[in-house]
Amino acid sequence: MSGFSMADIPVLRHLSPVRSFPHGIHPPEEKDATRSLPIRRFPFAPFLVLLLSQHAGRPARPVVREGQEVARGQPVAEADGFVSVPIHAPASGIIRKVGHALDMDGRMAPAIVLEPYPGSDQLVAWGKDRDPDSMSPREIVGAIRDMGMVGLGGAAFPAHVKFTPPEGRVIDTLIINAAECEPYLTADHRVMLEMPEKVLLGTSLIQKALKASRALIAIEDNKPDAIARMREALAEFQSGNGAGNMEVRVCRTKYPQGAEKMLTKALLNREIPSGGLPADIGVMVSNVTTASEIGTLLPRGQGLIERVITITGRGVERPGNYLMPIGTPLSFILEQVGMKGQAREVLFGGPMMGKAVAFVETPITKGISGIVVMEEEELPRKSRVYPCIRCGECINVCPMYLNPSTLGQLARKNRFDEMAESLNLFDCFECGCCSYVCPANIPLVQSFRLSKAVVRERMAAK
Amino acid sequence: MSMFEKQGGQKYLDMELRTSPHYSRGVDVPQIMRNVVYALLPAAAMSVYTFGLSALALFLVTTVSAVLTEFILGRLSGHDNTVGDFSAVITGLLLGMTLPPGFPLWMAAAGGAISIAMGKFMFGGLGFNVFNPALLGRAFLQAAFPVAITTWDAPFAPGRFIEMINTSLALPFMTPPPHAATGATPLAALKFDGQVTPSLELLLGTVSGSAGETSALLLALGGLYLAARKMLDWRIPAAMLGTVVVLSGILHTVNPQYPSPVFMLFSGGLMLGAVFMATDMVTSPVTGRGVLMFGLLTGVLTVVIRIWGGLPEGVMYAIILGNAATPLINSHTQPRKYGTVKPVKQKKQQQGGA
Repeated sequence: MSGFSMADIPVLRHLSPVRSFPHGIHPPEEKDATRSLPIRRFPFAPFLVLLLSQHAGRPARPVVREGQEVARGQPVAEADGFVSVPIHAPASGIIRKVGHALDMDGRMAPAIVLEPYPGSDQLVAWGKDRDPDSMSPREIVGAIRDMGMVGLGGAAFPAHVKFTPPEGRVIDTLIINAAECEPYLTADHRVMLEMPEKVLLGTSLIQKALKASRALIAIEDNKPDAIARMREALAEFQSGNGAGNMEVRVCRTKYPQGAEKMLTKALLNREIPSGGLPADIGVMVSNVTTASEIGTLLPRGQGLIERVITITGRGVERPGNYLMPIGTPLSFILEQVGMKGQAREVLFGGPMMGKAVAFVETPITKGISGIVVMEEEELPRKSRVYPCIRCGECINVCPMYLNPSTLGQLARKNRFDEMAESLNLFDCFECGCCSYVCPANIPLVQSFRLSKAVVRERMAAK
Repeated sequence: MSMFEKQGGQKYLDMELRTSPHYSRGVDVPQIMRNVVYALLPAAAMSVYTFGLSALALFLVTTVSAVLTEFILGRLSGHDNTVGDFSAVITGLLLGMTLPPGFPLWMAAAGGAISIAMGKFMFGGLGFNVFNPALLGRAFLQAAFPVAITTWDAPFAPGRFIEMINTSLALPFMTPPPHAATGATPLAALKFDGQVTPSLELLLGTVSGSAGETSALLLALGGLYLAARKMLDWRIPAAMLGTVVVLSGILHTVNPQYPSPVFMLFSGGLMLGAVFMATDMVTSPVTGRGVLMFGLLTGVLTVVIRIWGGLPEGVMYAIILGNAATPLINSHTQPRKYGTVKPVKQKKQQQGGA
């Protein structure tokens, strides 16, 4: 249990130097296994599987054919339309297949299979240097699209689309999300410690692209070393080229602090309207690793071919933070880091919002920030589901101030439309706080997910 | 590799598959209920010390009766049996603690059965009852046996650990034998005789009263334990006790004839009711604002019944009335949803349109 802070008291919340949002939970962090391990390069797998749809929007269109040789960093697929991004070869090698492969959900999806050369090195031959200072906002957004950048926090939404706010919307604040509130994961933490200048450069580029007057870098107070490192680097960065209005802000460690709706509430006390976008309140939220990758890749004119991910959980023999080539199959990763016999569940992402994986050949995509292999003791006990005892805990923790208790009861009675119409079902972003606290073990989030799917189907049928 | 299973040509992980969250606080219903029982035990033990064998027998009878009824009705209802979740134990123990120590045991057994049958199963079992089952059972006993339930026994009777109070073993449907040593409760002494009991005695519970309600101190400590473990909403007792203190403080200042706030706070069943009965999760409101309104309402009703009502004690009816108001309080204290304007206005617009 973490202690009590001023940020927890409604009236004093805005006076406290440590910012937070109302409600939320304090799950065990479990970050100690990897928080002090430096980022290491992961070796190339014998085959890399590049899913053409690893971002939200239309799948990328292949521009290579089977048997073709590609260089590390070379584009292998181009964006198909505005809401789509290109994909680059993570290693030099031969294209073995342009066809289909299994994705995370177990569906056959369009993919390119690349066999790296045995001696493929880490040098990126592709790309030409650019001077970011001389680029216009438009050019920056174009360069971000060309590098195949997506939101690396997990949403995998094409970054250039996000950084093109709707006509007439003025973005005054860019929030760089470095909360990393999801338990177990430490990738963002390591990125801030090891490449703060890249984070700051990326932040200033995004800020320039958005014409945002200020940028706030939000870090939870469980990462004091990262806060200090970022502040230090910021002082240096600002004295160096005098770049814009940037600030490091400390947030109280609380889940789901890193949700963009919670960050705008915590830092600015602004609420994103129900069904709206951050741009509606003049805010843009971007993940810290997205910023660091932009800061790294944009000046070199390169594409996104690898990302930092945390591999941890008690089921892993050698946990760590790794620079992972996109497309590395899970089987190769588990062989490399060693999986214990007692492992019970493999997750892409953290335990609160991650996805359990069933297929060993599932490849790493751009949106995956961690792999957690959990043992029996880390998982929820298998206990029977009791009737709701109306303890109200779910209502006390829901960061969207919904009523999961009533929603859960309606879901049991299949009254899905009522849930959507009068109880704001679609405001639920499935953070999992309600299921986490429920003493009756009611699968609340799980049933909301199902309810949303049913309502969506019904609306589509109309 | 042995760690991967081969199935239909595609390698699967021999793993669990479920949707997020894959994490849980690990506190479940039986655990909460069990801890409530633990929190009640010190006060129960104190009353066994104060009133002797009869109190012990009373707690055992009400608890066994409640659990047995739960078991039988659970079987008959065909639902999953909830007898293992300790909720019936709480109901039985709480009921016993609200009864006079020398209460005839056969009546106590009937009360336990009624609590579970009418207070809980008639509404659909755990989670669906409107009223606190233990209080409903007590209300039944108050109506059915008005004399027995207002016959109080003196504390620290000599020989209390050797023999039972003579009324305890009264035969069913027979007139109980006359009481050997009776004592007036502090509230009754005040209401009917105008006597004020010293506060320290009230705090420690060395006074006459219902079996488990006398030691305000131990009850409060039990509540603190539960609140610290986050198994009890501390706002309910805080609001209820606070209301009683403030309201009776005002009355006492205006007219010193009325009892002092300290006396009000530590006498009768207020501490037991505020800490362990008003906080029953099923029958109290779910939101922060709702909980405060509930505490306010029950506090006011307690003072009103105690001071102007015909009964010396009003906690039971205050909480039962509060329970009845809970659905209404809930529907009026729903939180404003993130990213929306006040829900009340929207509702009105909808109604206007319809």
